[in-house]
Amino acid sequence: MTEALLTGADAKPEVPLKRRLKRAERARQVKALALVLPLLVFLLFTFAGPIAGMLWRAVDDREVRQVLPQTVAALADWDGKDLPNETAYAALASDILAARAAGTIAIAAKRLNYAQNGFRTILTSTARNLKAAPEPGTARETLGKINSAWRERTTWTTIKDAGGPITGFYLLAALDLMRNADGAIVTAPPDQAIYRDVFARTFVISLSVTILCLMLGFPVAYLLATLPPERSNLLMIFVLLPFWTSLLVRTCAWIVLLQSKGVVNDGLHWLGVIDEPLRLIYNRFGVCVAMTHVLLPFMILPLYSSMKAISPAYMRAAASLGAPPATAFLRIYLPQTLPGIGAGSLLVFILALGYYITPALVGGAADQMISYFIALYTTETANWGLASALGAVLLLATILLAAVYGKLVQGQPVTGGMKN
Amino acid sequence: MSDNPSLRTPSQRIAWTATIAISSLVFIFLIAPILAIMPLSFSSGSYLTYPLPGFSWRWYDDFINSPRWMNSLKNSMIIGVASTLLSMVLGTLAALGLSQWQSRFKPLVLAFVLSPVVVPGVITAVGLYFFFAPIGLTGSYLGLILAHTALATPFVVITVGATLQSFDTNLARAAASLGASPLHAFRRVILPRILPGLASGALFAFATSFDEVVIVLFMAGPEQRTLPREMFSGIRENISPTITAAAVILTTVSVILLATMEALRRRNERLKGGG
Repeated sequence: MTEALLTGADAKPEVPLKRRLKRAERARQVKALALVLPLLVFLLFTFAGPIAGMLWRAVDDREVRQVLPQTVAALADWDGKDLPNETAYAALASDILAARAAGTIAIAAKRLNYAQNGFRTILTSTARNLKAAPEPGTARETLGKINSAWRERTTWTTIKDAGGPITGFYLLAALDLMRNADGAIVTAPPDQAIYRDVFARTFVISLSVTILCLMLGFPVAYLLATLPPERSNLLMIFVLLPFWTSLLVRTCAWIVLLQSKGVVNDGLHWLGVIDEPLRLIYNRFGVCVAMTHVLLPFMILPLYSSMKAISPAYMRAAASLGAPPATAFLRIYLPQTLPGIGAGSLLVFILALGYYITPALVGGAADQMISYFIALYTTETANWGLASALGAVLLLATILLAAVYGKLVQGQPVTGGMKN
Repeated sequence: MSDNPSLRTPSQRIAWTATIAISSLVFIFLIAPILAIMPLSFSSGSYLTYPLPGFSWRWYDDFINSPRWMNSLKNSMIIGVASTLLSMVLGTLAALGLSQWQSRFKPLVLAFVLSPVVVPGVITAVGLYFFFAPIGLTGSYLGLILAHTALATPFVVITVGATLQSFDTNLARAAASLGASPLHAFRRVILPRILPGLASGALFAFATSFDEVVIVLFMAGPEQRTLPREMFSGIRENISPTITAAAVILTTVSVILLATMEALRRRNERLKGGG
């Protein structure tokens, strides 16, 4: 055997051992990558691709260009200072006639109505009343007679701005911003500006839930980390059982408990604490309670693992050096739990930001978070551009926070914080 | 209280008592809601209030005799099992590859593979809704299975990856040096060692799919509604005790999954302790 190896080595003296080892290593790496590849391709199709598609929809703006191609082309070199020339009016008339025949007016009308309220009426009334292509040179007059809006400069800037093929319109709208007729970015009028409020509300609810989870989770994690394993393992079931219980079951449970004829109100009434049932659900209180209940395990588990790693010798050393217990806790113990606090809080905050089901079921109209609006615009009103733009903002916030989380838990086992 | 050796001063004892008291309240907060709705499903009345007028199985009868609920249970099982199988294959292969692959891009690839867990459900759902609708995958079992697999696979990669980390690679080398082909070595040496990790990965994957509702909300047609989806509309419309019966059934599945998980963990700890 040794002989065979030696002759094998002698047979190719031109390839040194080092290089052969390197080659073998490279082959191993290629094989390893080949094992990961199926999942990467799969996720590209079922996860990354769809999300990239959504991001694309946030800037995609081709509806008006497809329905009114000649108008968009004619407006391409219009300076926007005065009314456009006769060519643009003729192009619009011809586009409208073609779109009416093809039944596509509504597509452009819907998009233009997002940019300027009432545009749908302008376009549909024009389509209805324009009998035939106007005589050459009379397009401006004809359209102006049908609807005086065609004599307004802003009507035309709206079409030009919506001419695509890409737009910042939806992304600006998601931040309550818009372009005015001169192309400058301004704050949207108060009756249209709702998303900053929604983002602020999402932030406030997530932060409240995170703080509640930290306040409730810290003592529990401390208890579990301090008790001997036989006991803490048993108590851990109290954390893991809710963790594994369906989100719907837990949300349903809170509705049953908190509704006006629910267990909590009945109990308080029976005790004589209240006469009238309290309003505990379909408001902010209900959302915070139910979300804290759902997310609390995500706080307790990382806190527990960081506390478990703290050697009791530190506290003993502090005590033997004369530190009073409170000082030892604040100066020695607490600082060592900071990574756990950071990881747990970030995890709860990230998860809370994207919450949809719980607020949708136990919240009132004023407690709906950003995800609710994304879902609403996707399935109900089919304003996909705006849904995607709001999604893009939420995704950006999530990715940034997740990157911070990744830095925090670096070196810790990857399972930290997830179902363990 | 005698558990804690460092309780010497009265203030420490007070602090420890307070910890126990607060923790007990938090434990009640965590468990009580889940326990509180269970008896309601056995109520003979149709109001979700205590005290119960009497015991009956009528809401479970209602559940079993309702084609809507039974169909949703069947759908949850089909989609759960199929996406578990698919995510096991993809996730185990990826975990094996990632454990051997060395590159500076590895953290990036790992972050990508794990990202479906972190990205808000609504974003994934909206993206899939746009992406799958034109190719006819909305309103189909296949679309839901693919989507749930994407969400479940990260958990498989994590659990199997963690098991592989504690796996002694010398065993694989020994098998190879004794003439075992890679496939043979995998089947006879690696697989038995990582089996508990695979099992917990499968449990996680199933639980993820079984519990998922946002994607189902966007993508399922009336035919593919799952149990959580049916509960969602039930809660929205009116909460009948049948929903509490469904909740008890769902919770029973969760308890079985959790108990299996704990048994696996204990077994694993025993093996480690013995070795």
